[in-house]
Amino acid sequence: MNRTLVATGAATAPSRRKIGSIKQERRWALIGAYVALAVFVVFFLTPPFHMLVTSLKSSAEIADFGSNPWTVRSPTLENYRDLLTQGNYVLHFRNSMIVTLSVVVITMVISTLAAFALSRMRFWGSTALATGVFLTYLVPETLLFIPLFQIIGGAGLYNNLFAMILIYPTLTVPFCTWIMIGYFSSIPRELDEAALIDGANHFQMLWKIFIPVALPGILAAIIFAFTVSWAQFLYPMAFLVSSDQMVLTVGIVSDLIRADTFQWGKIMAGALMAAAPPLLVYAFLMDYYIAGLTAGATKS
Amino acid sequence: MAQVSLRKVFKSYEGDVPAVKGIDLEIADHEFVVLVGPSGCGKSTTLRMVAGLEDITSGEISIGGFVVNDVPPRNRDIAMVFQNYALYPHMTVFDNMAFGLTLRRFPKDEIRRRVQNAARILDITPLLDRKPKALSGGQRQRVAMGRAIVRDPQVFLFDEPLSNLDAKLRVQMRTEIKKVHQTVKTTTIYVTHDQVEAMTLADRVVVMNHGVIEQVGRPQELYHRPTTRFVAGFIGSPAMNFLPAQLENSAGALRLNLPNGITFPVPSGRTARYQAYVGRELIFGIRPEHLTEVKPTGKPNLAIFEAKPQVIEPMGMETLVHFWLQENEVSARLDPAVQAEVGCPLPLQADLDQMHLIDPQTDRVL
Repeated sequence: MNRTLVATGAATAPSRRKIGSIKQERRWALIGAYVALAVFVVFFLTPPFHMLVTSLKSSAEIADFGSNPWTVRSPTLENYRDLLTQGNYVLHFRNSMIVTLSVVVITMVISTLAAFALSRMRFWGSTALATGVFLTYLVPETLLFIPLFQIIGGAGLYNNLFAMILIYPTLTVPFCTWIMIGYFSSIPRELDEAALIDGANHFQMLWKIFIPVALPGILAAIIFAFTVSWAQFLYPMAFLVSSDQMVLTVGIVSDLIRADTFQWGKIMAGALMAAAPPLLVYAFLMDYYIAGLTAGATKS
Repeated sequence: MAQVSLRKVFKSYEGDVPAVKGIDLEIADHEFVVLVGPSGCGKSTTLRMVAGLEDITSGEISIGGFVVNDVPPRNRDIAMVFQNYALYPHMTVFDNMAFGLTLRRFPKDEIRRRVQNAARILDITPLLDRKPKALSGGQRQRVAMGRAIVRDPQVFLFDEPLSNLDAKLRVQMRTEIKKVHQTVKTTTIYVTHDQVEAMTLADRVVVMNHGVIEQVGRPQELYHRPTTRFVAGFIGSPAMNFLPAQLENSAGALRLNLPNGITFPVPSGRTARYQAYVGRELIFGIRPEHLTEVKPTGKPNLAIFEAKPQVIEPMGMETLVHFWLQENEVSARLDPAVQAEVGCPLPLQADLDQMHLIDPQTDRVL
């Protein structure tokens, strides 16, 4: 009897005591996230901003210690114009393009085929070979460039742009192969079997099933190969000496720094323009790249 | 002409684990054969050997009269439906179904005709432009079947195609598969661990266990005349009851002594068959549907005994009653009208014309 009374009482006057608010907690989390992101944005965009400001200044303004390094008094495009019309900047840009695109193509052909073989065709030693591929990636280029110097010299390719096309894949192929082994391995085996029964040979299986299905992984590998090749500094520094053979990374520092004279305006303009191609590649492939980074993390 | 025959087919994996231990099987043209058995019994391996996805350690497989031991899957003229559908995720339903024909360089309008025809049979015409990720499980399974149908192969191979579907859809797709087979009549080998699927779909069922064939037969034959204890226990749901029994001769008639002092007279028609086993410890097998409430049927060879139900499961159309005779669980199927109560003695009747006796030394049904 008593119980019934209590129960009815509770039903007519339910307690409304507040113990926190999801909405408010979410708002604080959002504010925290924005603050943290703002700090990072400032931190990472300060150097490019400084480059942009400096590249728009004349040599005189840069040399004037009284001027503010973060503002431009009289903006000019003369640094850009000089780079594009005089000297070897355009040639270096072209060289970088040739080397990078060639390396991306070579890398993708080798590592796609290698990854397909290592992930799908069980043969004697395939597991050891897959690990071996990755181990080669762990050898730092600062150790490799000395023996490579002898090889390149022996092959008569010293101071030759095409030596870079031969050397860069030693950096890109192992990692790209490794990425793609992961992607190919995540493709269910029934898919190959279905393709085999449908009448595909191994090449058709790779071309019509594996490459399209693992596209995010392939784009991730392309971005990696592109970035590594475009930004490579040590090998061209060691193996290229004449300006006409140089790529952007060494071309800028060797042509625009004469003894202790730094042409800061041109250096900054050159570096900014050199940053454009990777930026474009990222912008075009970003959506796929993100999808690629997270794919396989969970079973979909 | 698409009979399939397996002769002395052996398969062992690295480390000498035998998966299939020398099986012989003849499958006739247009026949629907189901390989059924518990996981690890070698049924999937057998199917994959027919498909060419696994090498044969020894023996011979032929399809349509040609030995295919060394023929790659693409030249065997077979089509396979996988458990997880194995649809190409980047292709539309149409392209998934057309893929095999495209690789075989069929003319475009022929491909279109075949795909549309298969889509009509499977009722997936509105889905042809979708990608697999936009389909439900049942729809994906239909597409996987469509991919097999368009090829018009000599043999269909199904590898547990319904295991990933929910119970209701499974029943529906089962009917669908049977309907498709009645339409296209292609020789079919179907692997499942579900004996209900096996019974409902098959012209003939092949029961496998531990890499060997236990019994091959029509569904009714396996149900009524199992030859081994495994088949007797595997086919039928709920499973057959097994009780230890001793066979006794009393005044020219045979008698079975069961746990709890229950004795059943052996039907006189079986006396000659069982005579040699008098005095032996045997296993008495009877299906739950042959243990019922006492009802006047006029049938001979009914034996009445009493049991105390311990679990009662009303199923609607019937009531399952479980009781224990010593440590042996026994199930009986009663009419739902029967008022059974846990712990209250309940008279039951056993139809001994449906009993089986099993020799525990050989596990064979006598």
